[in-house]
Amino acid sequence: MRLVVHNMLQCHVKGCDSNNFPLRLFDVELEIHEIEFNPQFLQSLLPKLDWNAFISTANQIGITSLPQALPEEIDEDFLKNLHRILFETHIMQGKMVCSNCSHEYPIKEGIPNMLLNEEEAEEEAEVEAEVETEAEED
Amino acid sequence: MLPTPNLDHITSNDYENVYEPAEDTFLFLDALENDIEFLKNDVNPCICLEIGSGTGCVSTFLGQLLGDGSTLLLCTDINPFATAITVKTAIRNSIHLDAITTNLTSGLLPRLYHKVDILCFNPPYVVTSSEDVNSKNFIERAWAGGIYGREVIDRMLPLANDLLSSNGVFYLLVISDNKPDEICERMWRDYKFQFKISASRLAGREKQFILKFWRNQT
Repeated sequence: MRLVVHNMLQCHVKGCDSNNFPLRLFDVELEIHEIEFNPQFLQSLLPKLDWNAFISTANQIGITSLPQALPEEIDEDFLKNLHRILFETHIMQGKMVCSNCSHEYPIKEGIPNMLLNEEEAEEEAEVEAEVETEAEED
Repeated sequence: MLPTPNLDHITSNDYENVYEPAEDTFLFLDALENDIEFLKNDVNPCICLEIGSGTGCVSTFLGQLLGDGSTLLLCTDINPFATAITVKTAIRNSIHLDAITTNLTSGLLPRLYHKVDILCFNPPYVVTSSEDVNSKNFIERAWAGGIYGREVIDRMLPLANDLLSSNGVFYLLVISDNKPDEICERMWRDYKFQFKISASRLAGREKQFILKFWRNQT
Protein backbone atom coordinates (compact mmCIF):
# COMPACT_ATOMS: atom_id res chain seq x y z
CA MET A 1 0.00 0.00 0.00
CA ARG A 2 1.41 3.33 -1.04
CA LEU A 3 0.94 6.48 1.02
CA VAL A 4 -1.24 7.95 -1.73
CA VAL A 5 -3.71 5.10 -1.15
CA HIS A 6 -3.54 5.43 2.63
CA ASN A 7 -4.66 9.04 2.09
CA MET A 8 -7.90 7.72 0.51
CA LEU A 9 -8.85 5.29 3.29
CA GLN A 10 -11.13 6.02 6.22
CA CYS A 11 -12.64 3.94 9.01
CA HIS A 12 -16.12 2.75 8.05
CA VAL A 13 -17.24 0.97 11.22
CA LYS A 14 -20.95 1.67 11.68
CA GLY A 15 -21.45 4.74 13.86
CA CYS A 16 -17.77 5.72 13.73
CA ASP A 17 -18.10 9.03 11.92
CA SER A 18 -15.75 11.51 13.53
CA ASN A 19 -11.97 11.59 14.01
CA ASN A 20 -11.85 8.48 11.80
CA PHE A 21 -9.33 9.84 9.28
CA PRO A 22 -6.44 9.40 8.76
CA LEU A 23 -5.97 5.88 10.06
CA ARG A 24 -2.83 5.67 12.20
CA LEU A 25 -0.08 3.35 11.03
CA PHE A 26 1.62 0.83 13.31
CA ASP A 27 4.32 -1.85 12.98
CA VAL A 28 5.01 -0.92 9.38
CA GLU A 29 7.59 -2.50 7.10
CA LEU A 30 8.51 -0.22 4.21
CA GLU A 31 9.94 -0.91 0.78
CA ILE A 32 10.87 1.50 -1.99
CA HIS A 33 9.76 0.53 -5.50
CA GLU A 34 10.82 3.00 -8.14
CA ILE A 35 8.36 4.31 -10.70
CA GLU A 36 8.84 6.85 -13.48
CA PHE A 37 8.53 10.48 -12.37
CA ASN A 38 5.47 12.13 -13.93
CA PRO A 39 5.21 15.73 -12.65
CA GLN A 40 2.04 16.46 -14.62
CA PHE A 41 0.13 13.59 -13.02
CA LEU A 42 1.51 14.41 -9.58
CA GLN A 43 0.37 18.04 -9.89
CA SER A 44 -3.12 16.95 -10.96
CA LEU A 45 -3.35 14.67 -7.94
CA LEU A 46 -2.27 17.29 -5.40
CA PRO A 47 -5.70 18.97 -5.03
CA LYS A 48 -7.24 15.55 -4.28
CA LEU A 49 -4.81 14.85 -1.46
CA ASP A 50 -5.59 15.68 2.17
CA TRP A 51 -2.27 17.37 2.90
CA ASN A 52 -2.58 17.49 6.69
CA ALA A 53 -3.42 13.80 6.86
CA PHE A 54 -0.53 13.01 4.52
CA ILE A 55 1.99 14.99 6.61
CA SER A 56 0.92 13.48 9.92
CA THR A 57 1.06 9.98 8.41
CA ALA A 58 4.49 10.57 6.87
CA ASN A 59 5.71 11.81 10.27
CA GLN A 60 4.40 8.64 11.93
CA ILE A 61 6.64 6.49 9.76
CA GLY A 62 9.67 8.73 10.21
CA ILE A 63 9.46 10.87 7.07
CA THR A 64 9.98 14.49 8.11
CA SER A 65 11.24 16.12 4.91
CA LEU A 66 7.90 17.66 3.92
CA PRO A 67 6.55 21.12 4.80
CA GLN A 68 3.56 21.41 7.15
CA ALA A 69 1.63 23.29 4.46
CA LEU A 70 1.68 22.79 0.72
CA PRO A 71 4.03 25.52 -0.62
CA GLU A 72 2.61 28.11 -2.98
CA GLU A 73 5.49 27.78 -5.40
CA ILE A 74 6.20 24.21 -6.34
CA ASP A 75 9.59 23.38 -7.85
CA GLU A 76 10.90 20.15 -9.32
CA ASP A 77 12.93 19.17 -6.27
CA PHE A 78 9.83 19.37 -4.13
CA LEU A 79 7.83 17.27 -6.61
CA LYS A 80 10.59 14.64 -6.80
CA ASN A 81 10.66 14.30 -3.03
CA LEU A 82 6.86 14.09 -3.00
CA HIS A 83 6.93 11.48 -5.78
CA ARG A 84 9.31 9.38 -3.69
CA ILE A 85 7.11 9.53 -0.60
CA LEU A 86 3.65 9.28 -2.21
CA PHE A 87 4.28 6.88 -5.08
CA GLU A 88 7.46 4.92 -4.34
CA THR A 89 7.13 4.22 -0.62
CA HIS A 90 5.18 1.00 -0.06
CA ILE A 91 3.88 -0.22 3.27
CA MET A 92 4.30 -3.97 2.89
CA GLN A 93 3.18 -5.08 6.37
CA GLY A 94 1.57 -3.41 9.33
CA LYS A 95 -1.79 -2.19 10.48
CA MET A 96 -3.98 0.89 10.34
CA VAL A 97 -5.84 1.87 13.49
CA CYS A 98 -8.81 4.22 13.77
CA SER A 99 -8.16 7.07 16.25
CA ASN A 100 -11.83 7.12 17.20
CA CYS A 101 -13.02 3.51 17.56
CA SER A 102 -9.63 1.70 17.59
CA HIS A 103 -10.69 -0.69 14.84
CA GLU A 104 -7.61 -2.29 13.25
CA TYR A 105 -7.23 -2.82 9.52
CA PRO A 106 -4.33 -5.13 8.61
CA ILE A 107 -1.88 -4.60 5.75
CA LYS A 108 -0.41 -7.84 4.44
CA GLU A 109 1.96 -8.26 1.52
CA GLY A 110 1.33 -4.67 0.59
CA ILE A 111 -2.48 -4.94 0.47
CA PRO A 112 -4.74 -3.20 3.00
CA ASN A 113 -7.80 -5.13 4.14
CA MET A 114 -10.82 -2.91 4.86
CA LEU A 115 -13.32 -5.75 5.40
CA LEU A 116 -15.26 -5.41 8.62
CA ASN A 117 -17.95 -7.85 9.49
CA GLU A 118 -17.49 -11.25 11.02
CA GLU A 119 -18.71 -13.14 8.02
CA GLU A 120 -16.09 -11.49 5.83
CA ALA A 121 -13.38 -12.03 8.43
CA GLU A 122 -14.29 -15.70 8.72
CA GLU A 123 -14.01 -16.14 5.00
CA GLU A 124 -10.56 -14.68 5.03
CA ALA A 125 -9.52 -17.01 7.83
CA GLU A 126 -10.81 -19.95 5.81
CA VAL A 127 -8.82 -18.88 2.79
CA GLU A 128 -5.68 -18.52 4.87
CA ALA A 129 -6.23 -21.96 6.35
CA GLU A 130 -6.57 -23.39 2.84
CA VAL A 131 -3.38 -21.70 1.72
CA GLU A 132 -1.53 -23.12 4.71
CA THR A 133 -2.89 -26.60 4.03
CA GLU A 134 -1.77 -26.34 0.42
CA ALA A 135 1.67 -25.16 1.50
CA GLU A 136 1.98 -28.12 3.85
CA GLU A 137 0.96 -30.50 1.08
CA ASP A 138 3.66 -29.05 -1.16
CA MET B 1 -4.86 -3.50 -31.14
CA LEU B 2 -3.13 -3.76 -27.78
CA PRO B 3 -2.44 -7.36 -26.68
CA THR B 4 -4.43 -8.79 -23.78
CA PRO B 5 -2.43 -8.65 -20.52
CA ASN B 6 -0.13 -11.58 -19.96
CA LEU B 7 -1.74 -13.93 -17.42
CA ASP B 8 0.76 -16.80 -17.56
CA HIS B 9 1.69 -16.31 -13.90
CA ILE B 10 -1.79 -17.49 -12.83
CA THR B 11 -2.05 -21.24 -12.21
CA SER B 12 -5.10 -23.49 -12.51
CA ASN B 13 -5.03 -23.67 -8.69
CA ASP B 14 -5.38 -19.90 -8.57
CA TYR B 15 -8.49 -20.14 -10.73
CA GLU B 16 -10.14 -22.16 -7.98
CA ASN B 17 -10.15 -18.94 -5.95
CA VAL B 18 -10.43 -16.15 -8.50
CA TYR B 19 -12.72 -15.58 -11.48
CA GLU B 20 -10.95 -16.56 -14.70
CA PRO B 21 -11.13 -13.94 -17.47
CA ALA B 22 -13.81 -14.90 -20.00
CA GLU B 23 -15.85 -13.31 -22.79
CA ASP B 24 -17.23 -10.66 -20.46
CA THR B 25 -13.70 -9.59 -19.47
CA PHE B 26 -12.64 -9.35 -23.11
CA LEU B 27 -15.73 -7.33 -24.01
CA PHE B 28 -14.69 -4.91 -21.27
CA LEU B 29 -11.20 -4.62 -22.77
CA ASP B 30 -12.71 -3.96 -26.22
CA ALA B 31 -14.96 -1.19 -24.87
CA LEU B 32 -12.03 0.55 -23.15
CA GLU B 33 -9.81 0.24 -26.17
CA ASN B 34 -12.49 1.65 -28.48
CA ASP B 35 -12.80 4.65 -26.18
CA ILE B 36 -9.10 5.32 -25.74
CA GLU B 37 -9.04 8.68 -27.55
CA PHE B 38 -12.08 9.86 -25.58
CA LEU B 39 -10.52 8.65 -22.32
CA LYS B 40 -7.16 10.29 -22.96
CA ASN B 41 -8.37 13.58 -24.42
CA ASP B 42 -11.80 14.26 -22.92
CA VAL B 43 -11.67 12.49 -19.56
CA ASN B 44 -7.90 12.96 -19.02
CA PRO B 45 -8.11 10.75 -15.93
CA CYS B 46 -6.29 11.28 -12.66
CA ILE B 47 -7.98 8.55 -10.58
CA CYS B 48 -9.35 5.26 -11.96
CA LEU B 49 -11.20 2.73 -9.83
CA GLU B 50 -12.19 -0.83 -10.65
CA ILE B 51 -14.63 -2.66 -8.39
CA GLY B 52 -14.24 -6.45 -8.23
CA SER B 53 -10.97 -6.59 -10.14
CA GLY B 54 -10.59 -10.41 -10.01
CA THR B 55 -7.33 -11.23 -11.83
CA GLY B 56 -6.70 -7.52 -12.44
CA CYS B 57 -6.88 -8.02 -16.20
CA VAL B 58 -9.12 -4.98 -16.88
CA SER B 59 -7.19 -2.44 -14.79
CA THR B 60 -3.83 -3.70 -16.06
CA PHE B 61 -5.12 -3.25 -19.60
CA LEU B 62 -6.42 0.23 -18.74
CA GLY B 63 -2.96 1.06 -17.36
CA GLN B 64 -1.40 -0.11 -20.62
CA LEU B 65 -3.85 1.99 -22.64
CA LEU B 66 -3.35 5.17 -20.62
CA GLY B 67 0.39 4.73 -20.04
CA ASP B 68 1.91 3.40 -16.85
CA GLY B 69 2.22 5.92 -14.04
CA SER B 70 0.00 8.52 -15.72
CA THR B 71 -2.99 7.87 -13.42
CA LEU B 72 -3.77 6.32 -10.06
CA LEU B 73 -5.24 2.86 -10.72
CA LEU B 74 -7.18 1.61 -7.71
CA CYS B 75 -8.68 -1.89 -7.60
CA THR B 76 -10.95 -3.39 -4.99
CA ASP B 77 -12.16 -6.94 -4.48
CA ILE B 78 -13.89 -8.59 -1.55
CA ASN B 79 -11.75 -11.68 -2.20
CA PRO B 80 -8.21 -11.38 -0.74
CA PHE B 81 -7.00 -13.95 -3.27
CA ALA B 82 -8.21 -11.68 -6.05
CA THR B 83 -6.47 -8.54 -4.76
CA ALA B 84 -3.22 -10.52 -4.38
CA ILE B 85 -3.48 -11.80 -7.97
CA THR B 86 -4.50 -8.35 -9.24
CA VAL B 87 -1.19 -6.97 -7.95
CA LYS B 88 0.75 -9.86 -9.50
CA THR B 89 -0.94 -9.39 -12.87
CA ALA B 90 0.02 -5.72 -12.89
CA ILE B 91 3.64 -6.52 -12.01
CA ARG B 92 3.77 -9.26 -14.68
CA ASN B 93 2.77 -6.61 -17.23
CA SER B 94 4.95 -3.79 -15.87
CA ILE B 95 1.98 -1.74 -14.68
CA HIS B 96 1.68 -0.03 -11.30
CA LEU B 97 -1.66 -0.29 -9.56
CA ASP B 98 -2.96 -0.38 -6.00
CA ALA B 99 -5.31 -3.08 -4.69
CA ILE B 100 -7.52 -2.87 -1.62
CA THR B 101 -9.44 -5.80 -0.12
CA THR B 102 -12.90 -4.47 0.62
CA ASN B 103 -16.60 -4.79 -0.14
CA LEU B 104 -17.30 -2.60 -3.22
CA THR B 105 -15.96 0.79 -2.08
CA SER B 106 -16.14 0.48 1.72
CA GLY B 107 -13.47 2.65 3.36
CA LEU B 108 -12.87 4.66 0.16
CA LEU B 109 -15.83 6.99 0.56
CA PRO B 110 -16.11 9.82 1.43
CA ARG B 111 -12.47 10.40 0.46
CA LEU B 112 -13.12 9.50 -3.18
CA TYR B 113 -16.35 11.51 -3.34
CA HIS B 114 -16.63 12.94 -6.89
CA LYS B 115 -12.96 12.19 -7.53
CA VAL B 116 -13.08 9.10 -9.75
CA ASP B 117 -12.58 9.78 -13.45
CA ILE B 118 -12.88 6.23 -14.80
CA LEU B 119 -14.98 3.72 -12.87
CA CYS B 120 -15.14 0.09 -14.07
CA PHE B 121 -17.35 -2.69 -12.76
CA ASN B 122 -17.78 -6.20 -14.13
CA PRO B 123 -20.28 -7.26 -11.46
CA PRO B 124 -21.71 -10.59 -10.37
CA TYR B 125 -24.56 -10.52 -12.93
CA VAL B 126 -25.87 -14.09 -13.20
CA VAL B 127 -29.48 -14.62 -12.09
CA THR B 128 -29.40 -16.73 -8.90
CA SER B 129 -31.19 -16.97 -5.57
CA SER B 130 -30.53 -14.14 -3.11
CA GLU B 131 -28.64 -16.48 -0.76
CA ASP B 132 -26.01 -17.20 -3.41
CA VAL B 133 -24.99 -13.51 -3.49
CA ASN B 134 -23.36 -13.97 -0.08
CA SER B 135 -21.91 -17.40 -0.85
CA LYS B 136 -18.87 -18.52 1.12
CA ASN B 137 -17.35 -19.67 -2.15
CA PHE B 138 -15.41 -16.86 -3.80
CA ILE B 139 -15.96 -18.08 -7.35
CA GLU B 140 -19.71 -18.37 -6.84
CA ARG B 141 -19.69 -14.94 -5.25
CA ALA B 142 -17.88 -13.54 -8.30
CA TRP B 143 -20.85 -14.35 -10.57
CA ALA B 144 -23.95 -14.79 -8.37
CA GLY B 145 -26.09 -11.69 -8.85
CA GLY B 146 -29.31 -12.69 -7.08
CA ILE B 147 -32.76 -11.66 -8.34
CA TYR B 148 -32.48 -10.59 -12.02
CA GLY B 149 -28.73 -10.66 -11.37
CA ARG B 150 -29.25 -7.13 -10.07
CA GLU B 151 -28.61 -7.29 -6.33
CA VAL B 152 -24.95 -6.24 -6.37
CA ILE B 153 -25.41 -3.96 -9.39
CA ASP B 154 -28.19 -2.09 -7.58
CA ARG B 155 -25.95 -1.54 -4.56
CA MET B 156 -23.30 -0.07 -6.84
CA LEU B 157 -25.45 2.44 -8.76
CA PRO B 158 -25.77 5.06 -5.97
CA LEU B 159 -22.07 4.60 -5.20
CA ALA B 160 -21.26 5.43 -8.82
CA ASN B 161 -23.05 8.74 -8.31
CA ASP B 162 -20.98 9.39 -5.18
CA LEU B 163 -17.70 8.48 -6.86
CA LEU B 164 -17.82 9.95 -10.34
CA SER B 165 -16.08 13.27 -10.99
CA SER B 166 -17.76 15.96 -13.10
CA ASN B 167 -16.23 14.63 -16.32
CA GLY B 168 -15.93 11.02 -15.12
CA VAL B 169 -17.21 7.95 -16.92
CA PHE B 170 -18.62 4.69 -15.55
CA TYR B 171 -18.41 1.41 -17.47
CA LEU B 172 -20.72 -1.36 -16.29
CA LEU B 173 -21.03 -4.84 -17.75
CA VAL B 174 -24.56 -6.30 -17.75
CA ILE B 175 -26.53 -9.04 -19.51
CA SER B 176 -30.09 -8.92 -20.91
CA ASP B 177 -31.46 -10.61 -17.77
CA ASN B 178 -30.29 -7.60 -15.72
CA LYS B 179 -32.75 -5.36 -17.65
CA PRO B 180 -30.22 -2.86 -19.01
CA ASP B 181 -32.98 -0.43 -20.11
CA GLU B 182 -34.24 -0.19 -16.55
CA ILE B 183 -30.72 0.42 -15.20
CA CYS B 184 -30.19 3.25 -17.70
CA GLU B 185 -33.59 4.79 -16.91
CA ARG B 186 -32.85 4.69 -13.21
CA MET B 187 -29.44 6.33 -13.66
CA TRP B 188 -31.07 9.11 -15.66
CA ARG B 189 -34.04 9.52 -13.34
CA ASP B 190 -32.11 9.45 -10.05
CA TYR B 191 -28.76 10.98 -10.98
CA LYS B 192 -29.20 12.59 -14.42
CA PHE B 193 -26.51 10.34 -15.86
CA GLN B 194 -26.39 10.14 -19.65
CA PHE B 195 -25.85 6.67 -21.05
CA LYS B 196 -25.12 4.61 -24.13
CA ILE B 197 -24.33 1.03 -24.99
CA SER B 198 -20.59 1.07 -25.51
CA ALA B 199 -20.20 -2.53 -26.70
CA SER B 200 -22.25 -5.72 -26.90
CA ARG B 201 -21.75 -9.34 -27.82
CA LEU B 202 -23.64 -12.60 -27.87
CA ALA B 203 -21.90 -15.19 -25.69
CA GLY B 204 -23.82 -18.42 -26.12
CA ARG B 205 -27.41 -17.58 -25.24
CA GLU B 206 -26.37 -14.63 -23.12
CA LYS B 207 -26.25 -11.12 -24.56
CA GLN B 208 -23.63 -9.02 -22.80
CA PHE B 209 -23.43 -5.23 -22.86
CA ILE B 210 -21.00 -2.62 -21.64
CA LEU B 211 -23.10 0.32 -20.48
CA LYS B 212 -21.37 3.66 -20.31
CA PHE B 213 -22.61 6.47 -18.02
CA TRP B 214 -21.49 10.06 -17.58
CA ARG B 215 -22.86 13.17 -15.91
CA ASN B 216 -25.22 15.45 -17.78
CA GLN B 217 -23.11 18.57 -18.39
CA THR B 218 -25.91 20.98 -19.31
